[in-house]
Amino acid sequence: MYQRIPSPRWLAASLIALGVSAPAVAQDDDPIKVGILHSLSGTMAISESTLKDTVEMLVEQQNEAGGLLGRELEPVVVDPASDWPLFAERARELLEQEEVDVIFGNWTSVSRKAVLPVMEELNGLLFYPVQYEGEESSENVFYTGAAPNQQSIPAVNYLHDQVGVERWVLAGTDYVFPRTTNRILEAYLKDEFGVADDDIMVNYTPFGHSDWQNIVSEIKRFGSEGKKTAVVSTINGDANVPFYRELGNQGVDAADIPVMAFSVGEQELSGIDTGPLVGHLAAWNYFMSVDTDANYDFIDAWIEYNDDETVVTNDPMEAHYIGFNMWTEAVRKAGTTDVDAVKDAIIGVSVPNLSGGYATMMPNHHITKPVMVGEIQDNGQFAVVWETPSTVAGDAWSDYLSGSRDLIADWRKPMECGNYNVAEGTCMGSNAEEQAEEALSGD
Amino acid sequence: MRIPCTFLGHARWHAAMTRIVSLGLLCLLIAIPVAATAQDDVDNGQALLEALDVRSFQDKAEAINAIIESEDERANDWLQALLDGDLQRHKDDGRFVIVTDNVGREWPVIDALSGDDLGEMSRRDLARININNALRRQLRSALSMVELYTGDRDERREAAKGLIGKVDDELSDSLASRLENESDEDVRHRLNQALAVYRLEQGDIDAVETLAGSLNSDVRVALTRAADGEGAVADAAQAALADIEQTLKLNRGAETLYFGLSMGSVLVLAAIGLAITFGVMGVINMAHGELIMLGAYSSWMMQQLLPGYPGIAVLLSIPVGFLVSALVGVVIERSVIQHLKGRPLETLLATFGVSLILQQLVRTVVSPLNRSVTTPEWMSGSVAINDALSLTLNRLYVMGFAVLVFAALILVMHRTRLGLEVRAVTQNRAMARSMGIRATRVDIMTFALGSGVAGLAGVALAQLTNVGPNLGQSYIIDSFMVVVFGGVGNLWGTLVAGLSLGIINQVLEPWAGAVLAKIMVLVFIILFIQKRPRGLFPQKGRAAEG
Repeated sequence: MYQRIPSPRWLAASLIALGVSAPAVAQDDDPIKVGILHSLSGTMAISESTLKDTVEMLVEQQNEAGGLLGRELEPVVVDPASDWPLFAERARELLEQEEVDVIFGNWTSVSRKAVLPVMEELNGLLFYPVQYEGEESSENVFYTGAAPNQQSIPAVNYLHDQVGVERWVLAGTDYVFPRTTNRILEAYLKDEFGVADDDIMVNYTPFGHSDWQNIVSEIKRFGSEGKKTAVVSTINGDANVPFYRELGNQGVDAADIPVMAFSVGEQELSGIDTGPLVGHLAAWNYFMSVDTDANYDFIDAWIEYNDDETVVTNDPMEAHYIGFNMWTEAVRKAGTTDVDAVKDAIIGVSVPNLSGGYATMMPNHHITKPVMVGEIQDNGQFAVVWETPSTVAGDAWSDYLSGSRDLIADWRKPMECGNYNVAEGTCMGSNAEEQAEEALSGD
Repeated sequence: MRIPCTFLGHARWHAAMTRIVSLGLLCLLIAIPVAATAQDDVDNGQALLEALDVRSFQDKAEAINAIIESEDERANDWLQALLDGDLQRHKDDGRFVIVTDNVGREWPVIDALSGDDLGEMSRRDLARININNALRRQLRSALSMVELYTGDRDERREAAKGLIGKVDDELSDSLASRLENESDEDVRHRLNQALAVYRLEQGDIDAVETLAGSLNSDVRVALTRAADGEGAVADAAQAALADIEQTLKLNRGAETLYFGLSMGSVLVLAAIGLAITFGVMGVINMAHGELIMLGAYSSWMMQQLLPGYPGIAVLLSIPVGFLVSALVGVVIERSVIQHLKGRPLETLLATFGVSLILQQLVRTVVSPLNRSVTTPEWMSGSVAINDALSLTLNRLYVMGFAVLVFAALILVMHRTRLGLEVRAVTQNRAMARSMGIRATRVDIMTFALGSGVAGLAGVALAQLTNVGPNLGQSYIIDSFMVVVFGGVGNLWGTLVAGLSLGIINQVLEPWAGAVLAKIMVLVFIILFIQKRPRGLFPQKGRAAEG
């Protein structure tokens, strides 16, 4: 049910779009401004700083290829310093003072929620590249990362169907993304597979947790009762390194108790010796090891841009790559960088992804992605062991939560609504301000 | 040696696969002289490997079986390479190669069929034969079965342990004969257990006796299954299980104690430097965490300078980490702290600023990303006390290191001239100066000592957690907590406070969860400080009152 294939109409539209890239006449010689809103200092700098570099590299490549609509692109970088309210201020600065045409940015959900009202008030364009918990669709935001149905649900299906898992440990960091994801997963496991309460263990740890001895030993005990056990991990950021080290040292073997991670990519693994972790899993929409020429070209360009042989690429980088290309394509199609025109033009646009397929922008501002499960290798890379046969369209509202089951998002005319209730036939309207306040006060 | 090679003919992909595969490899091993003729037949090898280059993992499993049955003498190398992910195929000419080193973009390879050295190939041109956990398990048990017969003592022990719960009719005979030829007591014990689990499944009540007292989880699963049944066997199994539960409880207690001590020793290491700068000198140094971070980064730096020698690098990083942090500590003391003497609030703010500067400096100069510090071979893994209790080695080393650092500090403070001067200056600065002690010099030395010890903590932490710009932040609060709880100015207080907080935390964690356990510890300390504002071991004498 999560494998929605883009309809022929969109494909046709996008093929036309590809063919007829308008021979644009330069309207003025001012450069097109591309805003970059990623933390370069503070806790999130570890993840976000590479995304800033990625967008800068893409801008540079675009300029070398002749710019866009005959104009130069100019990156405008600001540093929101991992401070969520500061994200909103910096976004306002980008839109009001710098007058950027588009923004690529954010990592954590709470920072996105903070920026949301600014985007809607000033009618900006934001491309958000990270896998997230769903339950949102804004007119001004394009979600190029995975929604839950593009990551966690297929991953759990893989564990159940292919690995034969019967007992589940849901381990996560204590904040909104793991809690929402685990709520969806718990409901899904009980409804779909009839898993008993006893066979689910839920565990939350604080950000940056470093002493995993007890939890790993508990997981070992939980998994030694004869039923096949797996850990579904939404542990985020820094805490993963000591977690995986402890797993390795306590001898938790992937063949016995595999750990399926949703927030561990090549970059996180570059901080650990992966020898003892071979076989543990991660679910993403892209892996650096994907064997296509587009991917190798991207990696080569990235290595050259950084002038460092050891740099790695990861899933959010690919999301920016797709988002950036979709935006340039839409600008070409619209013949202008005007936000409203681009917003209309981008729906249905298809661009190649790095795994040999195409990503299409859906009317709910989410994109189509293949879902892959990879096993960790001893060189810090993942080998893909399972993949959806076709791409999956992102679902903004989960089908497994009672509140959001009836909601859909469609930003095409005439509906133009991010949370249309199918049962009642009404649009719930924007509540970005409230959501932002809620997210910020909860932090 | 009696091995039922005959039944290999009708091998099927099924639950029995593991056994068939294992025995197949075994036959191959014994049959090497006979199989030598197969070597000439190169096409056969190519075909065998080609069968592996398919998408479906089930087909791959059958292809692995075919390789084992082929009795080709290169089978062992192929399977090992497949297990390690080194068996790859050239995209253009379809040739199978084994990668010998997969670092970077150009990899040295050898031909999988002939074993010839083929130089370097680009990873772009190679496609790896992927395996998944199921195949990994299949390959491992096949290879370990060979090890049971030919491996050294440790390999045989591991192989025998892996057999518990996996024995069936066919395998039980060959294992029984293997048991007769086995000399190692531990391997015999494991094989006996493996056979007993099999006999228990057949309803043999004597098997329970063999299994009684075993802490192995596969044995426990087998006993639980037997206890769910009816009759005498079930009763016996229940009794044995109750016994095992009792022992497990003891083990769990020991384990919690170890976890607590190990967490405590990390706290002690992080706090002991602060116990000197804050406790003895009275300087509130918010940049203490960053001095720890610099120590961790020196550990990383040493590994960069000595690639390939992680062990030596770790040992060398102990003095280097000390010196780097001590030096930075001196610079902070001279440039900031000495001008703010007696103004704790300003010192706090200024050193907090220094800590932010140091963090951003590392982000800009090194990288905002975490750096990877390799754990040397002798520090990874764990020592097994028994089947249910094993102690992780890296933490064991850190515990030992904490004890050494603490002992050295006590010696310095109580047995050296520097220690004497430090104590004199902190107790009565004016009097000490009039006795001819150069107080400024003592200040510098003390601060350098405290900072250097923070660097040592960093070297130890690099083996446990992330080496990144944020490393220090996560330990600064804990460090102050330990020093205040232990009693400001008392090194022994810091030791006792660190260890007890570690143990309290680990005892609470299993039933309260990590988040709540941390909060409970904080609340406990707040209440404790209300009652005893000077901590566990308050300093006595006039200096303390002043």
